[in-house]
Amino acid sequence: MKILVPVKRVIDYNVKVRVKPDGSGVDTANVKMSMNPFDEIAVEEAVRMKEKGVATEIIAVSCGTVASQETLRTALALGADRAILIETDADLQPLAVAKLLKAVVDKEQPQIVILGKQAIDDDANQTGQMLAGLLGWAQTTSASKIEIANGRATVKREVDGGMETVETSLPLVITTDLRLNEPRYATLPNIMKAKKKPMETTNPAALGVDVAPRLTTLKVVEPPKRQGGGKVADVKELVAKLRGEAKVI
Amino acid sequence: MPTLILADHDNASLKPATLNAITAAQQIGGDLHVLVAGANAGPAAQAAAQVQGVAKVLHAEAAYLAAPVAENVAATIVALVKAGGYSHVLAAATGFGKSVAPRVAALLDVAQVSEIISVVSADTFVRPIYAGAAFATVQSKDAVKVITVRATGFDAAPATGGTAAIETIAAAPDTGLTKVTGQELTKLDRPELTSARIVISGGRGLGSGENFKMLEALAEKLNAAIGASRAAVDAGYVPNDYQVGQTGKIVAPDLYIAIGISGAIQHLAGMKDSKVIVAINKDPDAPIFQIADYGLVGDLFELVPQLTAELG
Repeated sequence: MKILVPVKRVIDYNVKVRVKPDGSGVDTANVKMSMNPFDEIAVEEAVRMKEKGVATEIIAVSCGTVASQETLRTALALGADRAILIETDADLQPLAVAKLLKAVVDKEQPQIVILGKQAIDDDANQTGQMLAGLLGWAQTTSASKIEIANGRATVKREVDGGMETVETSLPLVITTDLRLNEPRYATLPNIMKAKKKPMETTNPAALGVDVAPRLTTLKVVEPPKRQGGGKVADVKELVAKLRGEAKVI
Repeated sequence: MPTLILADHDNASLKPATLNAITAAQQIGGDLHVLVAGANAGPAAQAAAQVQGVAKVLHAEAAYLAAPVAENVAATIVALVKAGGYSHVLAAATGFGKSVAPRVAALLDVAQVSEIISVVSADTFVRPIYAGAAFATVQSKDAVKVITVRATGFDAAPATGGTAAIETIAAAPDTGLTKVTGQELTKLDRPELTSARIVISGGRGLGSGENFKMLEALAEKLNAAIGASRAAVDAGYVPNDYQVGQTGKIVAPDLYIAIGISGAIQHLAGMKDSKVIVAINKDPDAPIFQIADYGLVGDLFELVPQLTAELG
């Protein structure tokens, strides 16, 4: 069984993001980039499925500029077998990405597509669900435990009130949540081996997909700054201030 | 053209976030139709009909909607939109709404706008990006706008005073793709995290699930909800639905008390719109103190019991 793992190159989660004063967006020049943390979890899960003998081949795919090759090499170093870069400079939004991924799914015929539940840059949380809709497949979002057996999946999901267990047939789109697994680190030997694993490059035109963005960003601003740093000496003062000054209790 | 709102409910009543989504819909304009899809969902439909500003409630009833799955709910919404001429489809940005809305958007071949915090006009909205480090104003030119609404960005519409008609409609057939076979829902004998007026949140500093009982005593006194940082959930101190943060719950209570929480950006993303923030931490350099209105440096194992006692 093939597993497709879409991965996204995003600003590293440790970076303190800066908004450009001209309102055009966030400053990404010379900023550390990494694989979206939720996608790392997806790669790890796919690799574990292969180690268990559930999957035979893991294909990593990324959509974006040629710099995304770095992210794909990381996926290969973590255990993916081959990679596909869908190269474009276009401003990609989830609907376009879902359509690009559908084109890859139609060609590669994986039984499972597993990806992060959201990217930490746009915080959209849409691509997996959109892909499942376009494919007419089952979707299990925010997965925290996955079991595949006899062509069926049993997935434990994080939901608003706690946990939910669902059963689906394959093929299936799964989006990963934080506690699904703890990703391994790429070892140096695996990083070296990854350089020799196949990486194919294609583009939206070749896949017959129109990636023109549907949403226009008019401006990007910083949120109003919150005044903080107030201190109290002890519990008595805290309670007095919460009652008398803030009036919240 | 009217707006369709997907109600988040448990068949017996509406989830509070639905009321905030209804306010967002009112700001967009147009008649409001609320879809209640469920099994034995009459009470939830009644509740929706009483919300001020709702023109019509569409009640789709089917046994397979008792524990609804996104595939089936999305199918029902898509059928309604294709038949009924809706310009907007809204859902609260709960886990449920977020699993359904994008699938609906893709099936309608339109973009989806996630977690709006304000409405600028019928086609322009503001939403947070980069864990709330920036606000983006986005405009959609699609014929149907599919939107999820961050509850903390809007007041709740009044739950009584409305007199909408309830119309029974057919649910889309069971897609048969996914079935819910089990649920482990946290039993709550205190206010729910996303709608509580006061939230007490524990972090890694608590050290164990057992120590969260100390927070429960404080929560009792204040009739507060209990939340947690990602670190506390990852460590297994509390269940996952307690997590407040960029990828967990977003809350904006009147009072947020962060105990043993360092204040990582990803946690702040989930609570920085709280009216008043209190922080208790033994590390005077913890980032949480930078946004706290009242910071108390010290050992939480001494200070929390003292605070509980001081509250009488």
